[in-house]
Amino acid sequence: MKPHINTMIRGVLTVAEKDIRIYYNKPPVIIFGLIFPFFMFLAFYIGRDMDLSTLFPGFISMALFFTASSVGPLITPWEKQQGTYERLLSFPVNINTILLGDILAGATFGFMISIVVIVASVVLLGVVIEQIMVLILSLILGSMCFAALGVLLASPSSQAPSNIMMLSSLVRFPLIFISGIFIPIKELEGTGRILSQISPLTYLVDIFNAGFYGTSVFAISIDVLILSAFTLLFVYVASLFHKKNMLKGL
Amino acid sequence: MSAIQVENLTKTFGDFVAVNGISFEVAKGEFFGLLGPNGAGKTTAIRMLVGLLTSNDGSILIQGLDITKDVISAKMKLSTVPETRNVYTDLSARENIQLAGKFYGLSKNEIAEKSDELLNELGLSDRGDDPVINFSKGMRQRVSIACAVINEPDILILDEPTEGLDVQSRRLLINKMKQMNENGTTVILTTHNIEEANQLCERVCIINKGKIAAIDRPETLTSTFDKTQSIEISFNCSVTQDFFEPVSVYRIENYGDKWRLYTSSPDRTIKHLSKIAEYQGLEIISLRTLGPSLEEAFVSLTEVKK
Repeated sequence: MKPHINTMIRGVLTVAEKDIRIYYNKPPVIIFGLIFPFFMFLAFYIGRDMDLSTLFPGFISMALFFTASSVGPLITPWEKQQGTYERLLSFPVNINTILLGDILAGATFGFMISIVVIVASVVLLGVVIEQIMVLILSLILGSMCFAALGVLLASPSSQAPSNIMMLSSLVRFPLIFISGIFIPIKELEGTGRILSQISPLTYLVDIFNAGFYGTSVFAISIDVLILSAFTLLFVYVASLFHKKNMLKGL
Repeated sequence: MSAIQVENLTKTFGDFVAVNGISFEVAKGEFFGLLGPNGAGKTTAIRMLVGLLTSNDGSILIQGLDITKDVISAKMKLSTVPETRNVYTDLSARENIQLAGKFYGLSKNEIAEKSDELLNELGLSDRGDDPVINFSKGMRQRVSIACAVINEPDILILDEPTEGLDVQSRRLLINKMKQMNENGTTVILTTHNIEEANQLCERVCIINKGKIAAIDRPETLTSTFDKTQSIEISFNCSVTQDFFEPVSVYRIENYGDKWRLYTSSPDRTIKHLSKIAEYQGLEIISLRTLGPSLEEAFVSLTEVKK
């Protein structure tokens, strides 16, 4: 197959633009991407003797995780339900182009929201950023990784967005408890420690710690490598499943 | 070079053979119809033609390009109007058309110019910036057509485009299809509306149970497969089927206040009907003879095989 690089880039950008226009203001994205992580944080923070600066990298990780992964699960089932998916596939794009466009839309959402939260926290709460380049790198990597996870979660052949949102909650919730968001990784022991190491969110929390405070459990290069590997894995598996289920539910 | 060349195309889903070794060619600039009962394999065939499905066997050439080898180049040459409900209801008509233009790589100016032109042509210029969610089915289908033709495709494939539309929308769509065809676009139309296919298509391909049952000009098919003619008659007051008992015909059908009688000798039947009407004191208020129809050919072809 010819590469059609220009057509592919154009397709990815057009799919992302379409997603941004249509899906950013859908109720499931607002609820699961914005409101939910905020209240989740409040639920754990209020009434406990916790230092905000200790929790801040975890909070930003959780916000980025939920926002970036909230758009992807909605798009494919929504489009299949609305009947627009077949039209989308009839344009000069292939399934990988569509997936990359969806990932770009999810990642942009996660990135922008996180930037707003970080800037607001620096201005209002006096949060200090130790290594800004590491922080930007971690925002990009985290956005891409969890947007790819969101797109992977949309791969089961369902026409009902609510089914996929339920499935995605089932996958996402456990991750926030095993990834050092509320309990630092260093303090995790036994099974908790082992589980934390298979969660991509752990490495995002760790690299955020490096970005904000200059300290991390793992080397930054390890965090970067593992987040990149998870991103590629999510994209690859999403591509396999989406291809398999492409015409189901049309 | 043909616009589309299909050779021995086969598609199976498990043990079920949806499309079974079909072959046909569509010439450049031809208006070609694809007919068949529900489940005949039309949509599967169309999905393979537009690169959504890969075949188990056979080949498809789109203007000489093998679609399995270079689907993107093939998709640049053809546009599809899938069955209804395929425009983004959150976007306006104009935004939908612009989005399609972007996928085909048109410039900003081209997109703006073509969007205005299409909205105007399809009777949507005053609603172009309204969200499609507020549109009727006919208006949505017009937006869908506009999305498909913004790139002025060489080949336009339409899957049941006029299904369930109001008369005005249907006429607008048919005129657009005709206009594009006159300007050189190859049009492939799948439809359940036999009369529409008869009016528009230069050739029709009838698919039944995944195989081609017949492929020819509508006139040739109708004369080959059905020699019977029919008479449509109505009277100044209602009659029952018993009224026609003395008349020798193949079949009688009732449509509202009209009766259709299928016969091989219309002249003799009309004379006979006139006599009965006069004897019973009835007045004939309409009478017309109808030639063999494509619908009859379609029914013969698809029923015989059952």
